[in-house]
Amino acid sequence: MSAEPGHDMPHKGADPTPGTTIALKSDAMSVRHALARLIGQLHHLGLDDEELGAVELVAAEALNNIVEHAYKSDPDGAILLTWTFGASGLHIKIEDNGVPIPSDKPPLSPIPCARDHAALVPEGGFGWFLIQGLARNIVYRREHGCNVLTYRMVVGQTA
Amino acid sequence: MDLTAETHGDSTIIRVPDPRIDAAAAIRFKDAMRDLCADACDRVILDLALVDFIDSSGLGAIVASMKQMRDGQSLDLAALNPNVAKVFRLTRMDTVFTIHDAADSPGRANVG
Repeated sequence: MSAEPGHDMPHKGADPTPGTTIALKSDAMSVRHALARLIGQLHHLGLDDEELGAVELVAAEALNNIVEHAYKSDPDGAILLTWTFGASGLHIKIEDNGVPIPSDKPPLSPIPCARDHAALVPEGGFGWFLIQGLARNIVYRREHGCNVLTYRMVVGQTA
Repeated sequence: MDLTAETHGDSTIIRVPDPRIDAAAAIRFKDAMRDLCADACDRVILDLALVDFIDSSGLGAIVASMKQMRDGQSLDLAALNPNVAKVFRLTRMDTVFTIHDAADSPGRANVG
């Protein structure tokens, strides 16, 4: 694995601003610290608690998926999270060098119907469900051997 | 994770003193719940008043805690802050658990 995989990661030429990037390693504590940094960086945007909670939750799910699935819990994988804020909300791009998502598409599908019967209640599979419930314009692609996930959070809207 | 348990009448209230039940804490949370529930009443109420962040790993750990209880034991939830309540609502887990406004007044079920 490259020592500085971030330098190999592609950049989308159409970005209007360079954005702010947070680099982290693929373990649960690094994810926790990266989320704290992200929320700290967003502080000046004046988002309310519910908006910040949604931003943190979706980023947490996306990053945890990378730790668990793309890097298969190898704690040395590199992850980059880049955010830009504009009139349409908060745009987030997350890049990693792990294995691709199976079938090259995120499993955006309805959650199995939960019933009031303990044995039938799933213990997992909630992550993508939360992402698709809270984020917009979710796009996953492979670029130069990297996983690139982009999405938009509709937050900070004055209307 | 240092959960605390105390008995109120016919219920055991388990309180979570940490602000996060996330991927970094999920396994320790589930283990602590298993230990405390072994000696708990049949009715267990998980007080989440101090928790401001739960991700899908934390949610999975709460579901697993319910599924690992002994026969006849049940797990209710109490005092969900808005961001935590949203996680349960979006995943429809709010239909699986009885959710109370506060742990010490479990008669007031918050049924959506």
